[in-house]
Amino acid sequence: MADFSGSDLTCLRGERLVFGGLSFSAKSGDAVMLRGRNGAGKSSLLRLMAGLLAPRSGALCWNGENISDDRAAHHARTHYLGHQDAIKPVLTVRDNLRLWGQLRGVAALEAAIDRALNALQIHHLSRVTGRYLSSGQKRRTALARILIGDSHLWLLDEPTVGLDRESCAELAQLIAEFRANGGIVVYSTHIDLDVENPTILDLDDFAIPMVEWLAEQDDIEDMAPTKGTPTSQEAAQ
Amino acid sequence: MNGFLAILRRDLSLALRQGADSVMVVAFFIVTTTLFPFGVGPEVNILARIASGVIWVSALLAAMLSLERVFQADYEDGSLELLTLSPVSLELLILGKVLAHWLTTGLPLIIAAPLMAVMLNMDQNGFAILMIAMLLGTPALSLIGAIGAALILGARRGGVLVSLLVLPLYIPVLIFGAGAVEAALLGISATAQLQIMAAILLLTLAAAPFATAHAVRQAME
Repeated sequence: MADFSGSDLTCLRGERLVFGGLSFSAKSGDAVMLRGRNGAGKSSLLRLMAGLLAPRSGALCWNGENISDDRAAHHARTHYLGHQDAIKPVLTVRDNLRLWGQLRGVAALEAAIDRALNALQIHHLSRVTGRYLSSGQKRRTALARILIGDSHLWLLDEPTVGLDRESCAELAQLIAEFRANGGIVVYSTHIDLDVENPTILDLDDFAIPMVEWLAEQDDIEDMAPTKGTPTSQEAAQ
Repeated sequence: MNGFLAILRRDLSLALRQGADSVMVVAFFIVTTTLFPFGVGPEVNILARIASGVIWVSALLAAMLSLERVFQADYEDGSLELLTLSPVSLELLILGKVLAHWLTTGLPLIIAAPLMAVMLNMDQNGFAILMIAMLLGTPALSLIGAIGAALILGARRGGVLVSLLVLPLYIPVLIFGAGAVEAALLGISATAQLQIMAAILLLTLAAAPFATAHAVRQAME
């Protein structure tokens, strides 16, 4: 039983405070759906979870261990799907996928690639080079990547972009299977993806104006010496 | 180690299929070197005198020309993000990418260098040392260049910026590379210069992957 949680996360991008005081917790088989207006920090949160960004404060833990303590282990159990499909135009679909499988050290890689291609119904494209793929086919190839190799956590940033209705249903099906096998899925989406009772995390709830946050930081700094002074006085007495 | 070979193989097959980069680097090297006889005049003594310096400077500029592309394509299509998130250490993957870069740009330069030496009327005594010095020097150029290439990710007009960042760091390689050939031409031993070049290579081999990985992670933020 795996447990993925974040406590009191604050995310600062450049000089903008994206969100603060965000906590969540997910267990094996859970799905967390991220909601919020544009710029609320859905992508930032997913990047934090993947380990691409470091939180300004707070911690992300897997089974109680901070993910930054053992990055390789976190990367091995996580599949991240960003906005970009990472497909090389001159390589075939199979060659594109092969690299990511090799980096994960997947055993019986060719069979695993076949299974992933079949699951997304793009097996007929396996010898087609990236440049001839439509945007939906590219997205399916990117989705095929997350089926290759064992993983326990899927971080999907707008996975439905470029997919038709039918593919969205397939994606929902893949997510359901992954959860049934004990996986945790965190995803953001603009359209309704048919996922069974997801936990909803609304990022608008964690938006705090920069002014308030700065004031809070000042309070903490102000408090530190005042707390310290009485003890030093006591020590003197 | 599998990850290292996987990225090396992928980058080589990309370079093979796109091809243009290697050809462009060698063509640039040949054209730049050819400009010097036009500039300084066709007197064979002068050309022979400046040959080693000209070849090294041209090689430096040619190597730099291809740097911008080392990470840029992967950065733009999201592959670099996934490489950062791979369970294999990023330093090792970067070493694989740098080796691929050297095989596709450094190695062709070494092969083209003796031809340019002949054109510039360099004495035959210098050829062997020129090749050895370039064999030690060009991998260091790729390693140092990778740091610059990673630092400019996300910057506008990165190509110009990378030259400003990297060229000053190339100076030691230039000094000892040209120095080794000079020594050989004068008939004295070039061992000292070559040893220093080997030391530069080992130092960059040890330090550059870490610096580059750090710059790449920074670019992902």
